[in-house]
Amino acid sequence: MSVDFLIETAKKIQVVINDNSSEIEKLDQEIGDGDHIFNVQRGIKLVIELEPTIKDLIMSKALNQIAMKVLSGIGGSSGALFGTLFMTMAKGNAIDEGVDYKKAIEIFAEGVEAVKQRGKADVGEKTMMDVLIPVSNCLKKGVEDDKDLKEILKEAVEVAEKGMFSTKDLLATKGRASFLGERAKGHIDPGARSSQLMIKTVCESVINS
Amino acid sequence: MKKFMNSVDDFLKESLQGFGAAHQDIVSCHYDPNFITRVTPTKEGKVALISGGGSGHEPMHGGLVGHGMLDAACPGFVFSSPTPDQMLAAAEKVDSGAGVLFIVKNYSGDVMNFQMAAEMMQGPNESVLTNDDVAVEDSSFTTGRRGVAATVVVEKIVGSLAEHGGSLHECKALGDKVNKNSGSMGVAFSSCTVPAAGKPNFDIGDDEMEFGVGIHGEPGRRRDKMKSAQEITNELLEAINEDLKPEANEEILLFVNGMGGTPLTELYLIYDNAKNMLDKKNIKISRSLVGNYCTSLEMQGASITLTKLDEELVKHWDSSVHTAAMRWGV
Repeated sequence: MSVDFLIETAKKIQVVINDNSSEIEKLDQEIGDGDHIFNVQRGIKLVIELEPTIKDLIMSKALNQIAMKVLSGIGGSSGALFGTLFMTMAKGNAIDEGVDYKKAIEIFAEGVEAVKQRGKADVGEKTMMDVLIPVSNCLKKGVEDDKDLKEILKEAVEVAEKGMFSTKDLLATKGRASFLGERAKGHIDPGARSSQLMIKTVCESVINS
Repeated sequence: MKKFMNSVDDFLKESLQGFGAAHQDIVSCHYDPNFITRVTPTKEGKVALISGGGSGHEPMHGGLVGHGMLDAACPGFVFSSPTPDQMLAAAEKVDSGAGVLFIVKNYSGDVMNFQMAAEMMQGPNESVLTNDDVAVEDSSFTTGRRGVAATVVVEKIVGSLAEHGGSLHECKALGDKVNKNSGSMGVAFSSCTVPAAGKPNFDIGDDEMEFGVGIHGEPGRRRDKMKSAQEITNELLEAINEDLKPEANEEILLFVNGMGGTPLTELYLIYDNAKNMLDKKNIKISRSLVGNYCTSLEMQGASITLTKLDEELVKHWDSSVHTAAMRWGV
């Protein structure tokens, strides 16, 4: 994984998120305050705009710049959570000596763990963690079992989708949707949907490369 | 959407610029990252109080920066938490070495961003988390009660203690005490529109009200048909009393807060109706505050906050304050 890969993938994510923006906005209007899509779009745009600044940097510095940009540029919960994800990935052991797929999965899993701590949310609380935690576990398991990379990633895409759909029937216990109580049931969590789309895009761009 | 606005992107900046210019005797506005400080530097040895949150609740918090209250405020985008770089820049500017007390309303985004700032900060710091909204059940299965109008009371009382030489630890303890002694509940008749969203946060019928509404238009306890002011006031006070349990003859602060779209005429009417009910219960209103302090953009609605007072709290409530929104004893 290179810094170029990060930027190219961010561009692909931008296309996918824009294609699904009205759906995400609608989901958020049902159980949130409707600003999630704007935050995600702003965050991705800011990351892409970092290209000239980070393209020649070593991995840890590039990830750290992305973290700080996301943290200060998005704001709200999304900024803090995605900022924490990238900041933790930037601290990954020996990432400046090269990031193969095993290393990428290792630092992603560390990042997801940090996000879990930051948001104090686990699986089953109707948040993006219902996508990120199962995906992280699936990726780690795949590496442990020494599976083929493409196999692992295909499985991760399926796990992400399953996690996203699982939020539909859950009660929200975190964030603004939690104030709705029973009224939140029957709606997919917008953060789970946007995360699932991002995971799908990253995995598929590796599978097709 | 009808708003005084030139462009969504410049909405916050132009509002901050106007605020800074209108109150240049009290505050300085700093940009990129955005924060508001007092015009005078923090006295040596004085604990610095920093608050912040999404914009759209003005005068909270920028209008509460000044002598006797906050040292700095960090405004986020409308209804969106500020970010750690804002808190860190504000802390660097106002920390005199005695430490920084962050006053944070209990919302996921605010809590996470202030927590990150606290972790990144070098010097001593503590945080007070306000969660006075009794509309929300406080349990381990929810995000917990929201921080609303009592945040203003916390900032006034702790601001006075800091001004009088209270240590970081003492300021934190007093902030927690005021929060614990306070309960609030609000009701909305209309929604509010975030400029970037362009449409109302929620739909509400002409004959309906959201009972227990949050300051971002979050759902409350229930959607009700409109009632008389006395009935609404009684129900709000009952909910607060159930939680706060003030005793007969106990002294309280009665704070009637407007959400932005309700005229003072009506807020004073609510005050009258609240006094009727509290008098009947022999609860002694010893201090009062009426006005738009913790608003929700143009939302039509109001909240009531009660704070149980003791000698220490009264002393710090009465002490001099000089901010854009609150000014007495000077």
